Amino acid sequence: MSDDIFITEERIEGADDGPLAGKTVAVKDNISTEGVRTTCGSRMLEDYVPPYDATVVSRLTEAGATIVGKANMDEFGMGTTTETSYFGETDNPAAPGHVPGGSSGGSAAAVAAGEADLALGSDTGGSVRCPAAFCGVVGIKPTYGLVSRYGLVAYGNSLEQIGPFGETVEDAAELLDVIAGSDDRDATTRSEGDDANYAEAATGDVDGLSIGVPTELLEGADEGVVETFWKALGELEDRGAEYHEVSLPSVEHAVEAYYVIAMSEASSNLARFDGVRYGHSGGYDGNWNETFARAREEGFGDEVKRRILLGTYALSAGYHDKYYKKAQDARAWVKQDFDEALSEADVLASPTMPVPPFELGESLDDPLQLYLADANTVPVNLADLPAISVPAGETDGLPVGLQLVGPAFGEERLIRAASALA
Amino acid sequence: MSDDAVSPEEVRHVAELARVDLDDDEVDRFTGQFADILEYFETLDEVPEVDRDADLANVMRPDEERTSLESEAALGNAPETEDGYFKGPNVS
Repeated sequence: MSDDIFITEERIEGADDGPLAGKTVAVKDNISTEGVRTTCGSRMLEDYVPPYDATVVSRLTEAGATIVGKANMDEFGMGTTTETSYFGETDNPAAPGHVPGGSSGGSAAAVAAGEADLALGSDTGGSVRCPAAFCGVVGIKPTYGLVSRYGLVAYGNSLEQIGPFGETVEDAAELLDVIAGSDDRDATTRSEGDDANYAEAATGDVDGLSIGVPTELLEGADEGVVETFWKALGELEDRGAEYHEVSLPSVEHAVEAYYVIAMSEASSNLARFDGVRYGHSGGYDGNWNETFARAREEGFGDEVKRRILLGTYALSAGYHDKYYKKAQDARAWVKQDFDEALSEADVLASPTMPVPPFELGESLDDPLQLYLADANTVPVNLADLPAISVPAGETDGLPVGLQLVGPAFGEERLIRAASALA
Repeated sequence: MSDDAVSPEEVRHVAELARVDLDDDEVDRFTGQFADILEYFETLDEVPEVDRDADLANVMRPDEERTSLESEAALGNAPETEDGYFKGPNVS
């Protein structure tokens, strides 16, 4: 396979008929598939074969879809470029020589390259929307609680949702219809979306739509990205939407709050990888702690270790109030800000990523700079809201995404608005 | 860099708490990076205290028996097993 889009290529046939009959789907490799290895892009799980399916995978096959492979990703979902995968980086089919974005880069690339009609990714701080923007496809981050996380290997469990990719908004919405809805195996799912029809909402009708543009999310963004964003917004205006500027002062602190919370949750969630019940084993010389520490030294890559250690630090005695508690305050503030802005607008719009896709290898040395690239996507996860990234055009031949954010369980509204563009 | 920037000893200590061995190169690299990242996290001090409208409810389900994984399947990924159990290293 070209471009390292898949970690494992394997056909999992779906039911004979159903809403996704005849459709092929790429599934991010942190979503469990019974009998097919699920690596999370990590040496730690290089040989791990789940004994059960994630809820979204059962729903896919029941709906008639054929899964064509497990898509490449940043290790355990930690990254913005898909370069931290133990199995190598994925090239961007829409901009060769550039990263596909992360962490669901393989999933977005599969759709962009035509290797699959649709794909599933997971979005903890933008991991569906970023690769959608960089690869010129559509990606949806659902409201927290809309899609079951049963069978998703947890990284930042209070933030992440499985989300669909498609070439068009309607395609992605069809996939969302299949995976959305409550699940008695995931007590954090809610029933609000059980009766929704997302594909039918893709009418392209934006007449009278009120769009809020948060000024903070345009400051500091690349000039060409901002220009492309305004052009796309102009298209929505031409079709009857109107926009006004809004201010979200809290988003200035969203990135640090996001990383403190996500790393803290990661340090806890990834404690299960001890090389005893599954995963890379460090060998049995020495006691549990020594072999455990050796298995994790060998099994985890740099970015994963960095986040586990920083998360452990942030939760350790003496630092909990300084970092974690403050981050939770910031999270509450972000939620409040969004509620206020959405009381005076139907949706909020911004560039999905403040920059066009990096060149491969360009960004690896400075983790802090890379974290800052998530400035426009992470506030949405902190606020548990839904968002969609839709292609807005190009700058210097590189794809630019436009992000729309809506109220909780407002996916139909987002899909209707975004379908005016793709 | 602030006065309480993280030292190599602290990185080693946290790595021990997290059960992740690090080699010397990694300790050096992380020490520098953690100083930058933690200094950035300190801007959280500017966040005002915010009332959280706690809208939380416990989710309960009936305590009914359900099928679970067969033990063979549950053991299928373990590097070592013995008599239907996971086999691990000594605890101490």
